[in-house]
Amino acid sequence: MLTVKGVYKRFHEGTVNEKLALSNISFTLEEGDFVTLIGGNGAGKSTLLNCIAGVYEIDQGSIYIDGIDVTKLSEYRRAGLIGRVFQDPMMGTAANMGIEENLALAFRRGKRRTLSWGISNQEREQYKELLKTLDLGLESRLGAKVGLLSGGQRQALTLLMATLKKPKLLLLDEHTAALDPKTAEKVLKLSDQFINKGHLTTLMVTHNMRHAIKYGNRLMMMYDGRVILDIRGEEKQKITVEDLLQRFGQVSGEEFANDRVLLS
Amino acid sequence: MLQIILGAISQGLLWAVMTIGVYITYRILDIADLTVEGSITMGAAIAAYSIYTGVSPYEATLLALLGGMLAGLVTGLLHTQLKIPALLAGILTMIALYSVNLRIMGKANLSLLRMDTVYSLFENMGLSRVNSVIVMGMLCVAAIVCILYWFFGTEIGCAIRATGNNPQMARAQGINTKTMIILGLIISNGLVAVSGALIAQSQSFADVQMGIGSIVIGLASVIIGEVLFGKRNFFNCLVSLVLGAITYRVIIALVLKMGMPANDLKLFTAITVTIALALPVFKDYLRPLKKPIKEDMQGVNSQGSI
Repeated sequence: MLTVKGVYKRFHEGTVNEKLALSNISFTLEEGDFVTLIGGNGAGKSTLLNCIAGVYEIDQGSIYIDGIDVTKLSEYRRAGLIGRVFQDPMMGTAANMGIEENLALAFRRGKRRTLSWGISNQEREQYKELLKTLDLGLESRLGAKVGLLSGGQRQALTLLMATLKKPKLLLLDEHTAALDPKTAEKVLKLSDQFINKGHLTTLMVTHNMRHAIKYGNRLMMMYDGRVILDIRGEEKQKITVEDLLQRFGQVSGEEFANDRVLLS
Repeated sequence: MLQIILGAISQGLLWAVMTIGVYITYRILDIADLTVEGSITMGAAIAAYSIYTGVSPYEATLLALLGGMLAGLVTGLLHTQLKIPALLAGILTMIALYSVNLRIMGKANLSLLRMDTVYSLFENMGLSRVNSVIVMGMLCVAAIVCILYWFFGTEIGCAIRATGNNPQMARAQGINTKTMIILGLIISNGLVAVSGALIAQSQSFADVQMGIGSIVIGLASVIIGEVLFGKRNFFNCLVSLVLGAITYRVIIALVLKMGMPANDLKLFTAITVTIALALPVFKDYLRPLKKPIKEDMQGVNSQGSI
């Protein structure tokens, strides 16, 4: 479903701040794969997601989604294939527009926009039903401006928007990192439900090793712009946080003692 | 006195068209577009010259619309394709238009005295110039408000609003934000040019200097409208803009009537807009202590557990 081949990404080329953010990254996600992606700060996790989504142009290599070569496609053109939820709850929704208007925008992702109405009554009913599944009481506030919602509500809405039109690939970029622990748990559970129900091919970045182990069928670890660990199936089921830390030490030759990682 | 108020209302209606244009860039797209200073004059110049050479006033106004749209397209391309900051892109187009407008008219001003204008229809029915301008102005404004209310409810209109509100989100939803910015600028400057064309015809001349300070007048009208008449929903916003533009003209007329020299007008406008823009800051100073949060308010966020 997603094929990343020999991807390199360099920032600030030719300056003292030059950094090789992605170094020869190659992997393939099968349809229905739910991959959790972990790694320390600056490992290149978010860069990788942004390169796949088309926010950054890559310097070398190629990216295929559902057999389509998207390497040269601009961000908005790829959007038809990809659903995204960002770390910042403010980023995924339009604050000055209503809940239903945001959903309607997402419903038209990848479709040519015309001069027909931006939202139909039939859609409204459908959105009401879908919002009920979030269990946040949003179904009675269809017209409310998204700016009035809490961070958790906005992330849950963004998640619904990302999956409203079944995406070929779902990218979750630390989408629970900015939420309080209880809310984060709830949004994560919702994500898991949506992914399982829709059988969605997913790449989820997380800082939380426990989450990375608990969710998904495959786990990848990045370090210094490279994928240093890629386990799946039974091997992933059995792995523990201690194992991960040890594996990290072996491969990187460093202590993986990031507070944020250990704190869970 | 009544004549002065009526005159102000008639001017306000024509400037309302321009105010709506400014609103589209300033509020919906979140861009301060200075192109309007040039495109309002361009509308006046195109309409005046066309009428002068014998084109019907309606066609002349339509040509002005197209001219303004072209100006918006240029700014849009400078901004999105050449990546020039929006403010600078607008200034570049504005400066370029000064020469273009002189080219169009062939001289610094053009008189339309005793020529047919869009107001002639009602004047021939026996209305005075001021009253005809009011009737024609109301028709134009009503039509534009209705069309825009419809347009910004369509898929493309929603995409423009999303682009102005959160471009990252818009791109993630497959919206070509560059195209939407260009489209918004085209619509905005088209309206501004129509306003210029209507103003030139109402005052029977076009002047290459007439656009100076128009962006500030537009902003003043937007802010006055929002503060005095509200912005509950989009339709309410549009109506507020029209009323704001009229209020601004009435205020100016009264200030002039009270004896302020006309030369000080731009200074007066600039100060008014400054105060209006700074209002939130003043409010914070005046109310340093927010209401204390009561204990029993904490459970208010009851919509679900998030």
